[in-house]
Amino acid sequence: MPQSITVTVNGTKQTKDVEPTHLLVELLRETLGLTGTHVGCDTSQCGACTVLVDGRATKSCTILAVQTDGAEVVTVEGLARNGELHPIQRAFAQEHALQCGFCTPGLMITAVDFLARNPSPSDTEIRHAIEGNLCRCTGYHNIVNAIRSAAGMMAATAQPKLAAEVKR
Amino acid sequence: MTAATTTTYIGARVPRKEDPRLITGDGLFTDDVTLPGMVYVSLVRSPHAHARIRRIDTAAAKKEPGVVAVLTGKDLEATGVLPVFISVPKQSTSKHMPIATDKVRYAGDAVAAVVAETRDAAKRAADAVTVDYEPLPVVVDATKALEPGAPIVNEELGTNLVFTYPVKGGDIDKAFRDAEVKVALHIVNQRLIPNAMEPRAVAAKFEAGELTLWSTTQIPHFVQLIVSLNLGLSQNKVRVIAPEVGGGFGSKLQVYAEELLVGHLAKTLGRPVKWTEERREGYLATVHGRDLVGDIELAAERDGTILGVRIRTVANMGAYLQAFAPVSATILHAFIIPGPYIIPAFDIEVRGAYTNTTPVDAYRGAGRPEAIYVMERAIDRLADEIGMDPAEVRRKNFIPPDAFPFNTISGITYDSGDYAPALDRALAMSDYKGFEKRRAAAKARGNYRGIGISSYVEICGLAPSKANSALGVGWGGYESARIRVHPTGAVQVFTGTSPHGQSHETSWSQIAADALGISPNDIEVRHGDTFESPGMGVGTFGSRSLPVGGIAVHKAAEKVREKVIQIAAHLLEASPEDVVVQGGKVFVKGVPDKAKNFSDISMAAYLANNLPEGMEPGLEATVYYDPPNFTFPFGTHIAEVEIDGETGAVELVRYSACDDCGRQINPMIVEGQLHGGIAQGIGQALYETAVYDENGQLLSGSMMEYHVPTAEDIPAFQLDHTVTLTKTNPLGVKGVGEAGTIGSTPAVANAVIDALSPLGIKHLDMPLTPEKIWRAIQKADGERKR
Repeated sequence: MPQSITVTVNGTKQTKDVEPTHLLVELLRETLGLTGTHVGCDTSQCGACTVLVDGRATKSCTILAVQTDGAEVVTVEGLARNGELHPIQRAFAQEHALQCGFCTPGLMITAVDFLARNPSPSDTEIRHAIEGNLCRCTGYHNIVNAIRSAAGMMAATAQPKLAAEVKR
Repeated sequence: MTAATTTTYIGARVPRKEDPRLITGDGLFTDDVTLPGMVYVSLVRSPHAHARIRRIDTAAAKKEPGVVAVLTGKDLEATGVLPVFISVPKQSTSKHMPIATDKVRYAGDAVAAVVAETRDAAKRAADAVTVDYEPLPVVVDATKALEPGAPIVNEELGTNLVFTYPVKGGDIDKAFRDAEVKVALHIVNQRLIPNAMEPRAVAAKFEAGELTLWSTTQIPHFVQLIVSLNLGLSQNKVRVIAPEVGGGFGSKLQVYAEELLVGHLAKTLGRPVKWTEERREGYLATVHGRDLVGDIELAAERDGTILGVRIRTVANMGAYLQAFAPVSATILHAFIIPGPYIIPAFDIEVRGAYTNTTPVDAYRGAGRPEAIYVMERAIDRLADEIGMDPAEVRRKNFIPPDAFPFNTISGITYDSGDYAPALDRALAMSDYKGFEKRRAAAKARGNYRGIGISSYVEICGLAPSKANSALGVGWGGYESARIRVHPTGAVQVFTGTSPHGQSHETSWSQIAADALGISPNDIEVRHGDTFESPGMGVGTFGSRSLPVGGIAVHKAAEKVREKVIQIAAHLLEASPEDVVVQGGKVFVKGVPDKAKNFSDISMAAYLANNLPEGMEPGLEATVYYDPPNFTFPFGTHIAEVEIDGETGAVELVRYSACDDCGRQINPMIVEGQLHGGIAQGIGQALYETAVYDENGQLLSGSMMEYHVPTAEDIPAFQLDHTVTLTKTNPLGVKGVGEAGTIGSTPAVANAVIDALSPLGIKHLDMPLTPEKIWRAIQKADGERKR
């Protein structure tokens, strides 16, 4: 039996009937049409589907949609604010941290959560933080550079927090 | 041509045009295509590696809620066999049906397709299909498959031998007779699973007699061609779109069963259809790579001079021959084995074998990493044998810079090269001279430290069409480009290449911008849609896109430029030789204040009331560029590792590479290609392997068992480059998509063996896992104590 849930996605309250077996990623991609969140595996290894759930980077293939009732979810579509890109987005482009772009949304989301907890990380800490997100194109070199660069940008200008980050 | 092309944007770190949509979630990948009334496909796949299909019962599946159709192989026989585009001499080509009809030949072979209203319903119903199998004896190992009495995978061929491919040159017997030193190695180049981050997917709709098919493909035009031929649709009624494609590495260089199946279903059901591969399904049903086992023997003088190379290799092709499969084991492998070295005598033989495993085809590098790996391992073995510095053995045998163009013993002509500077720069970056101190320091810690070199040449720019034909490649190797300047001056480039991460939108706009004297920002590059591009695009693989497709863009832009100059000369009443095209303006040399805008000229071309006598209106050009030769990038990679003496774990502590891909269009993109390639090569050296049991079950069947390197497994890279232009094409470009993968695997493996060499270890096969190394250390210790 479908179950009604209310979840705030990228700042907008959504009330939907969902199958109890459906994953959060299915709610996002199929019900809400937010296809920026990708599915790259079925064993929770790749991290392409990572979104923020109440501020924490969460693989949306490992959580049921019904578990997010009342939660705040931020996807890649919600990173930019008022037409202005999030520093992590700018940094990924500037540092050539993406090629095919399939893993990118998940990596950026993981980085946003990580930088909220560790605003000036070492490269070793960055590599550890993103080891749950696989990328087959970049060899991670420029992704590490981008996350370091985003940390610098965010330190230089106090960023308006994403709603979910504030909540946490 | 009336004026030389400037290089304002070629060579610049222009930000990528692809990024804005990809960092905001706006990019459209195939699985993102959802249409009203869409139905979903789930495939039933064989759990057996080899079995006769006695009976398939679909009755229960058809009764499942939401099921629209259930098909078996017989329903799809009309769609014909899957294509093989290669035919090497005496090739035995399997008959590969989209869905198996009589028997299954690998675990994962499709036996039925279920179509339903939702993905869940399709999956549930697929589980309800029952198949009665008669299991048959299984052969997994390629060498065993060629032994008498082995189970025959494709019975109609009567043999598992796909081909025997010899390449010979010089007097090999004399080389081994005269040799002061002979070294030999048995080398396994293990099977890999490509793991492009985006799983495969196909979506299709059929409206008004026209099929539109979205696919995760590197070759949309070949998909269009085969779908049209096999489904009986006129080619102009088949539109294939490769939208954003999330990596390929050769695994999407196919015409797959699912493309024919989904196209067929859309056409017959009259509803939009989608199939999306699950990752574990992909481990079985998307092509694998590598899987070569061989013996190499090197004949040499005691001073390190190589006299001859003899190699006998068996290549595992899997259960069926895939679209380009023979190429990786033959042409792109055997011909490039000499690498950067003068090899006086050469005797290579590669045999291909069918086995009850997932089919194997091109995987990043496609034959070249395998070739360079055996050669670079053998060179290190030789250096060890004669007690010479591996760097100096390489230097001693390098083809000298004044020898180009150089005809290799394998029968190809290297365009240009200067190998020693790349080696020297890599040695300097890696502090090669200071290494022994670091080895000693590691030893004091109880660890083993090693340094490994790999010098490579790769073969890119596939390919001159006549060479293709001579080598058995059943299609031309050209690439197409069309440049359309609209009346307002808006410029579109349509390319036959089909990028999936390679940044063609950016690089091609840089190439066109320099020819047209405008900004890359004013140029839109479009790709991957057979209704937009010229009639045929060959696609993106084999590091061919820039040296073939990029040159097509350059030549089309030069044609447009020439017309712009002719129109401007006419309007400005000047000689075409004096017209300058620059900065979005067109003016007479020395009179920039009387300039016309680029858009004034394009408008004039379409107003057509004041054009030079006899000139056609309009401003666009189409070019099919067929390269006169391949291109041969090169470089040297150096890896340094420290192995934990207690656990055998390898830490890659330093990685330096100096690569030469000719002129770089966008160094930022070149570096990105190298980074990714190096990481993939490291993956093969240290982490990745596809493992089958003797029953043909894939034990490394998901990302849980197959280790795709993470950010913690890969070091930061130190890169440098040299620039040796090629004369093969007007931009002097060579290609760089696979160089990193080719260079890195042997460098890392050589570093590990170097680290272990004080223990007397001469070779270990990849992946060089802690367990394998730990066991080797224990064995060596045991032998020493004895």
